[in-house]
Amino acid sequence: MKNSSPARGWLFFAVGLVAAYAAGVGLVYAVSGSLTYVHLVPILLATVVSATTLSWGASGFSPLTKGFLGLTLGGLAGYGLGLVIDLLVQGSLDWVTPVASLFSLLIGFTAFFLGVAGLNAVSKGLIWQIIGTLLGAIFISVIRVAMGLAWSGPFLFTEPAWVLGGFMGVLFFLAGSGSVSDWFKWARGIDTPEHHEESHTGWEKYLSISLDHKVIGIQYTITALFLISVGGLFALIFRTELAASQLQFLTNDIKLFGQSGPQLYNTFMSLHGMIMIISILLGIAGMMNYAVPLLLGAQDMAFPRLNAFSFWISVPASVLMLMSLILGGFDTGWTGYPPLSARAPVGMQMFFLGVFTAGWSSILGALNTIVTVLRMRAKGMTAFRMPIFVWAAVATSIIALTATQLIGLAFQLVMFQRLLGMGFFDPAKGGNPVLFQHLFWFYSHPAVYVFILPGLGIISELLPVFARKPLFGYRWIAMSSMAIALVGFLVWAHHMFTSGMNEYLRVPFMYSTLLVAIPTGVKFFSWVATLWKGKIWAPTPMLFVLGGVVVFLLGGLTGPPNATVSTDLHLHDTYFIVGHFHDTIFGGFVFPFFAALYYWFPKATGRRMSETLGKIHFWLMTPSFFILTFGMMRIGLLGMRRRIVDYDPALNFDATHLVLTISGYLIAISVLVFIYNFFNSIKNGEKAEGNVWNSRSPEWQVPSPMPTHNYDQPFEVVGEPYDYGLPGSKYVEFITPVKSGQK
Amino acid sequence: MGHFLVVGILVIVMAVFTYIGLDAAGLMPLQASAQAVSIDWLWNWQLIAISFLFSLIVVPMVYSLIVFRRRKGETGDGEHIEGNTPLEIAWTVIPLFIVLALAYMGAYSLGETRRVDPNALVIEVKARQFAWTFEYPEYGIVSNELHIPVNKQVLLKMESADVIHSFWVPEFRVKQDVVPGRVTEYRITPTLIGSYKVRCAELCGSSHAYMESPVIVDSNTDYTAWISTQEKIAAEAAKTPEGQGERLTVRNGCIGCHSLDGSRMTGPTWFNLYGSQVKLEDGRTVTADDAFIAESILDPKATEVEGFAPTVMPPYPLTDAEIANIIAYLKTLK
Repeated sequence: MKNSSPARGWLFFAVGLVAAYAAGVGLVYAVSGSLTYVHLVPILLATVVSATTLSWGASGFSPLTKGFLGLTLGGLAGYGLGLVIDLLVQGSLDWVTPVASLFSLLIGFTAFFLGVAGLNAVSKGLIWQIIGTLLGAIFISVIRVAMGLAWSGPFLFTEPAWVLGGFMGVLFFLAGSGSVSDWFKWARGIDTPEHHEESHTGWEKYLSISLDHKVIGIQYTITALFLISVGGLFALIFRTELAASQLQFLTNDIKLFGQSGPQLYNTFMSLHGMIMIISILLGIAGMMNYAVPLLLGAQDMAFPRLNAFSFWISVPASVLMLMSLILGGFDTGWTGYPPLSARAPVGMQMFFLGVFTAGWSSILGALNTIVTVLRMRAKGMTAFRMPIFVWAAVATSIIALTATQLIGLAFQLVMFQRLLGMGFFDPAKGGNPVLFQHLFWFYSHPAVYVFILPGLGIISELLPVFARKPLFGYRWIAMSSMAIALVGFLVWAHHMFTSGMNEYLRVPFMYSTLLVAIPTGVKFFSWVATLWKGKIWAPTPMLFVLGGVVVFLLGGLTGPPNATVSTDLHLHDTYFIVGHFHDTIFGGFVFPFFAALYYWFPKATGRRMSETLGKIHFWLMTPSFFILTFGMMRIGLLGMRRRIVDYDPALNFDATHLVLTISGYLIAISVLVFIYNFFNSIKNGEKAEGNVWNSRSPEWQVPSPMPTHNYDQPFEVVGEPYDYGLPGSKYVEFITPVKSGQK
Repeated sequence: MGHFLVVGILVIVMAVFTYIGLDAAGLMPLQASAQAVSIDWLWNWQLIAISFLFSLIVVPMVYSLIVFRRRKGETGDGEHIEGNTPLEIAWTVIPLFIVLALAYMGAYSLGETRRVDPNALVIEVKARQFAWTFEYPEYGIVSNELHIPVNKQVLLKMESADVIHSFWVPEFRVKQDVVPGRVTEYRITPTLIGSYKVRCAELCGSSHAYMESPVIVDSNTDYTAWISTQEKIAAEAAKTPEGQGERLTVRNGCIGCHSLDGSRMTGPTWFNLYGSQVKLEDGRTVTADDAFIAESILDPKATEVEGFAPTVMPPYPLTDAEIANIIAYLKTLK
């Protein structure tokens, strides 16, 4: 056998897995004195060690091997450090203290990136984030000592110390990673080059600060895929508990991160929601960043540094979200309604800070997109000759730019209520808990249109390519996106029909909510008419487009029963709602996102993903997903509430829940197939440098992968974007510069 | 025209079958209140709309995928059809009317669920983590079970002691949040004698799943009998300290978390508790004496019991006399 090969990798993997698992079981035995074969310690240890040995066997002492080695050693060292600190503070040794888990997470992650690429933007940022967090926390602790207050709390520091620590961690990350260096240089009067990523080539540029929108788009996408995996893992954990009634897995005897089983359930369920939301925001930012300048014929986004900043601020935000799991979690769901959120553990505050920080990413990214579309279109590209995805990007950006502040504000008010005793939502102090819900939903309802409009744009963008026909009613589809964005602002209180708000307000909100159905209907009818009399072919991207249409249709049609007040009085807060919005999000984001990844993968890499694996992915995921959401909606109608760790066995939901859990696992397996396909195809995919899909779109008229500064020759728009079937027509024509430097 | 005819027939056939299938799937629980009738009526119209619109989109889509697919060896594009403005106007305006009709029906159905009977039976509901308490002000009764007479409107005046809860009996359909700092109202006219459960529908903490209480719809005679039994129990209880203690635990919703028969709930059981040895989370073992019980009520964080940490119980600021009564009651639980 050679020094490195796949076969050797799997052999090493098996050895590492077994050895680490045995070591983990032994470790648990040594500490607790009882022999437990299924335990978190051996599972985690076996995961990181086997990943290390797999990589070592397959590729030798490569950067990835070093990364996993760093993760394993850093994680262990961090845990040990945490144990020692906790021992010094508490005076007694607690083997499962959250302090140790926290240091393990932070140092393990940092060591991973250090191992992969040495000191780069990510690893420097993470190191500085740890330092900033500790400095902030220690600063408050010193003040508390000076004031004669207790400095230590159940999670090492007190809550105010963690809040300032978390906040300073974000600032230190940004400064330490170099995301703001150019601006500081400008402030001091130093010029910086327009593009400085040439110092990094190959994959390393994805771990450094880059101003290239294509690199940033891919950074967003990879981060989104990572968070989707984390959020999906959380879903599998609580779905496992739900497989049968009573508590079997997340039991009361568990104590992890300072939480019992049911409390962990609530934390995982809540974080599943918000981590998925952040991953969606990053996913759409990825698609928009990568595609919009290419579709417009621009060299980059309007503000490349702001663009990089928008991405990099989402990294410390993600770290804060994971910290919230360890610092006691929180039991409020992603909505964080007070008074419950005013009483939850410290994890709640990390959650608030994480969302607040991620919101900046969304707001600034939206601003950048709007300016780019307004100012940087190719010659001849009038508003109604823009690719349809650009319309969706603008509509979504208008919402993200103007509504995101409200959720940040709502969470900030609860944060201040907890820290400073300001009773915004505390009835005892004249506050009003229902006010929070208005502020929260004023963003969080339009937010679902932020999630789905880009996906619907992808559907409209790809359908003509694979139906070989013009997009039916282009202007109507473009305007329907704007209409959805506008009406979306007027419907927020339909989440509050049972909340005890003014009763009569419920009727106008019912009307406005139902109005959303009209522009959405226009899209569906136009899509069907686009397919009619086409010459349809269905490679993997088209499969996901079609799947997205049907799934989103189910999500859309299950909407009106929630919009009409009286039926919603029954449906509100049940599993029906859970099924309904998973349909809208899978149809409006997940399926189109996968379609976009399969579609533009050759553009980004010059290779294509395996069609066979793509079809396995689709045919495994789609039926499982239908079963999952239909089952959810059915038991929801029959009395299954959402967000419960356990359900009354008398309701006879056990069999359905078991099926739902199995469906959930099948979806997870299909996503693993995708992830393998994605990373394997980067290196081993079939070469595809031409116009793979025979598209009229400008980015496919130049060879793949896309050159660093996009189009070597600028183009002019000379026709309609989707005139498939019109002989001799062209969308763009490249202009040969007459003189050098002329555009 | 041939394509349109085939698709049109298929849409109707599929819509009918979809509706029959959904109708047969048994999607709603028992219909046990007058309010449920108008909600189920609207739900049925929603199912009809869903069946029709689903078929209207999916049938032509699947038809196109089969009939207009690119066949082997075929190249070239489909027909160059850019759009059709009258058609776009039609599928904007017709849905507008459907939506307006649906909204009107929604408003009508909402009105039906809100019909007020001025002679409704008033019951005061107190929700707290994680128990429901029902008070009948006319009779001075307090109970952890809701008993209501059939075919008479009941007005629940609901208050929360801590966080937001939501009152939901699936068989009654209607749901109403219980919000701290205000009284929310819930009107229901039960129409079917039987035993149901109120299930808290708004996430309220770690034992939210278990915040369920029996709701019993009685015949008029059974209801009157229950009331008089409860009145007797209350009168008897007032005579002894342990009786008063028992009433206090009902009024404060204690048995939402503490079982009386040794089974495990959110908090430790009270069965055989008094005088037993209790292992605490901090490693101490203490005797469950008067002082321990008083401390557990006044400052639950100080006496976290092993296996129940971190505690979710808020402090209950009861008077010394009340605590003494509760202790007297606990002594009887053997």
